[in-house]
Amino acid sequence: MSQRGFLRWLWRQLTSMKTALILLFLLAIVSIPGSYFPQRGTNPILVDQWIADYPTLGPILDSIGLFDVFGSPWYSAVYILLFISLIGCVVPRLGVHWSAMRSQPPPAPKNLSRLGGNSFEVEGESEAVIADARAILKKQHWRTVVGQDPDGSRWVSAEKGYLRETGNLVFHFSLILILVGVAVGGLFGWRGNVIVREGEGFSNTLTQYDAWGGGRLSSAENLPEFSFTLESFNVEFERGNSQEGAPRLFEATMVVDRPGEEGSTTHLVEVNEPLVIDSAKVFLVGHGYAPHLIVRDSKGQVVLDDAVVFLPQDGNFTSTGVIKVPDSDPQLGFRGLFLPTSAITEELGPHSIFPAPDDVSVFLGAWSGNLGLDSGISQSVYTLNVDDMTQLGLESLRVGQSWQLPEGAGSIELTGFERWASFQIASDPGKELALVASILAIAGLSLSLFIQRRRVWVKVGPVIEQGSSSRDKVGRVKVEVAGIAKASGHDAIEQVDNIVETLKGQGA
Amino acid sequence: MDFMNSVQLADASNNFVYASMVILFLATISFSVSFAAGRRRVSPVEVSSRRVLVEPSGSQVHEPDVALTQLDPGRRAANIGMSLTWLATGMLLIGVVLRGVWAGRVPWGNMYEFSISSALGILVVFLVWSTQRDLRWLGLFVTIPTLLTLGMAVTVLYTESAQLVPALKSYWLVIHVFAAIIGGGAFTVGAATAGLSLISGKGWFKQLPPREKLEGLTHKVIAFSFPIWTFAVVAGAIWAENAWGRYWGWDPKETWAFITWVIFAAYLHARSTAGWKHQKASVIAIVGWVAFLVNYFGVNIFINSLHSYAGM
Repeated sequence: MSQRGFLRWLWRQLTSMKTALILLFLLAIVSIPGSYFPQRGTNPILVDQWIADYPTLGPILDSIGLFDVFGSPWYSAVYILLFISLIGCVVPRLGVHWSAMRSQPPPAPKNLSRLGGNSFEVEGESEAVIADARAILKKQHWRTVVGQDPDGSRWVSAEKGYLRETGNLVFHFSLILILVGVAVGGLFGWRGNVIVREGEGFSNTLTQYDAWGGGRLSSAENLPEFSFTLESFNVEFERGNSQEGAPRLFEATMVVDRPGEEGSTTHLVEVNEPLVIDSAKVFLVGHGYAPHLIVRDSKGQVVLDDAVVFLPQDGNFTSTGVIKVPDSDPQLGFRGLFLPTSAITEELGPHSIFPAPDDVSVFLGAWSGNLGLDSGISQSVYTLNVDDMTQLGLESLRVGQSWQLPEGAGSIELTGFERWASFQIASDPGKELALVASILAIAGLSLSLFIQRRRVWVKVGPVIEQGSSSRDKVGRVKVEVAGIAKASGHDAIEQVDNIVETLKGQGA
Repeated sequence: MDFMNSVQLADASNNFVYASMVILFLATISFSVSFAAGRRRVSPVEVSSRRVLVEPSGSQVHEPDVALTQLDPGRRAANIGMSLTWLATGMLLIGVVLRGVWAGRVPWGNMYEFSISSALGILVVFLVWSTQRDLRWLGLFVTIPTLLTLGMAVTVLYTESAQLVPALKSYWLVIHVFAAIIGGGAFTVGAATAGLSLISGKGWFKQLPPREKLEGLTHKVIAFSFPIWTFAVVAGAIWAENAWGRYWGWDPKETWAFITWVIFAAYLHARSTAGWKHQKASVIAIVGWVAFLVNYFGVNIFINSLHSYAGM
């Protein structure tokens, strides 16, 4: 086979329906691991945990992309091939459909009775009956053409349902548009997360985010300018017997400042009710507690007086956090548990039994030594590096209590707690395109599935000579009506019946 | 509600669901009796009342209705089955509505409520379709999965009514879940006809409509549900964009909705591919329905998903 012949063969294989089918199956199959294994894009913490739990299997699965299925080369290969196959399949159909739309229906077949035709007789001249039939068909939006057989029979050939193929093409091209929308979002969109305590503010610059990710062509320097303060945060939990502890209400009252606008505006942001600021949207995605602590050093000097963000670990908001005190000498560090409604069991240790702050306490482990902040390696605010530290002891505190650290290292006091809310701020310039394309896809799909392509024919024979007694009457003609539907499982019986009834009605 | 306190409402809802299950069980028995009786029939009954032969003389002659001339032992039982199915559907509808009144919201807040609504969805799709054509032979194969769904709902999945978690408080809940319930109901009916097309003509199943007819029916019901499912997915994406800040995030629920969509897309392509139109297409339709079930039960119960708040 020549090279060109081979390429043509390859192209024909790729754009064949069978290949499309196989690629669709492949797409379904390769998506499955993405639902089973935790994914980096949605749950990076679970991924790390999974790899830590399975030290031999984890890295192998990681190397073949099972923790990032939808960004893996093999996943991309499947859907890119599918889209090439799709384009190769539908682009040639555009031309075919374009000329089909402008062509006339083909002539009526010789023998309509073979197609299960209806035949009957009406009074009238064949030309007049054909004209009637054509008028009826045109009224019902059929495309018609008239002609005559060698034996003198006249016919109308009619076709309908071109929108089926139009809808089919619109659907497939809309899928390409959706992919473009997704790509635009991926390249130009960005998304960041930030935790804000009650009373605290945020201004939309890169440095203020806890985490920020943007597409290759997004600009981190030109984020829309705005700032807000989290004035208050309201939470309510189910206290009834059923689904006890389930969240019932989150709402954040936010005061927003925009450049070029006089004064601030106050907004209530809830789940399902994001705040829209220019091209960005601010979503309320989570919340938690920040115990307020005062730490004094060995001389009784206050070295920390702040609310520290703790991260919830379960539905009852058993929360963990770390307190770093670099300004004391030696440096102090604490690992802590915050329990909104405290309980201790042998099995679970200290934990929370209800998400609301009904019975607050913190459990603290204290270390002294070197926090390792000067090593140049950046540290997470949620982990404590105790390599160069020695443990001082463990203690639990309720609000208002304080703990004198062993060896005169200082003291720590729990003065109360604040709430914090976490926000996702995102911009996706491709989403409108994806939405419009999705609506087009559904419209096209519905047309292509609900509209049937049908052909019907009406054939009128020459005038039948009646007996001598009816010489003065108008002649009678034999009329045949038949029809077919292009798709298997469908027919044109209803349409044929309708035309027969109308023709008979007019003849009477 | 001053005439009925909430406990009474809850009991009333549950009683209607139980009553509907009992009636549906009786319907299943009636359909089984009809099915067992049908085995004795020699040839399948072809009902084709649509085609009217017209003699050249102009007088219309209807094809003789086979059922009238031949004594059909299972017909009465099947008719009873259909009537009982209508009754059970009415009871279930009242049960679902009372549940909504009790909760003071749409009754789609947890898996129990989704399940009784899905059972209602299956029955409604079946009954509405049965007004278009004779579907008595299909009754047995629709009432059994519906009964299983209801049984699972009242035993394993039962939850006392409660308010919605904040993420569910949106009118998109109504739009998205309604489309998913109707689409899923139709997929279930389609899986029944697809499954029957694979065994039609063998042994007991000789009485069913012929294979090609069943394949055509499967195609019709899936052609109906596929755009609805597409709409459910798109509506879910719009809602997700509003609630979570992204319209598509490959959450397990989204992934399986996508897998289901892709498999049914494959089904529709198979129906117009030479060599794939028949048995293979029917198998694909069943696989698609299995993916739908995985999404509904598997993801809600076994996988950690953003949709897992749908309480159990």
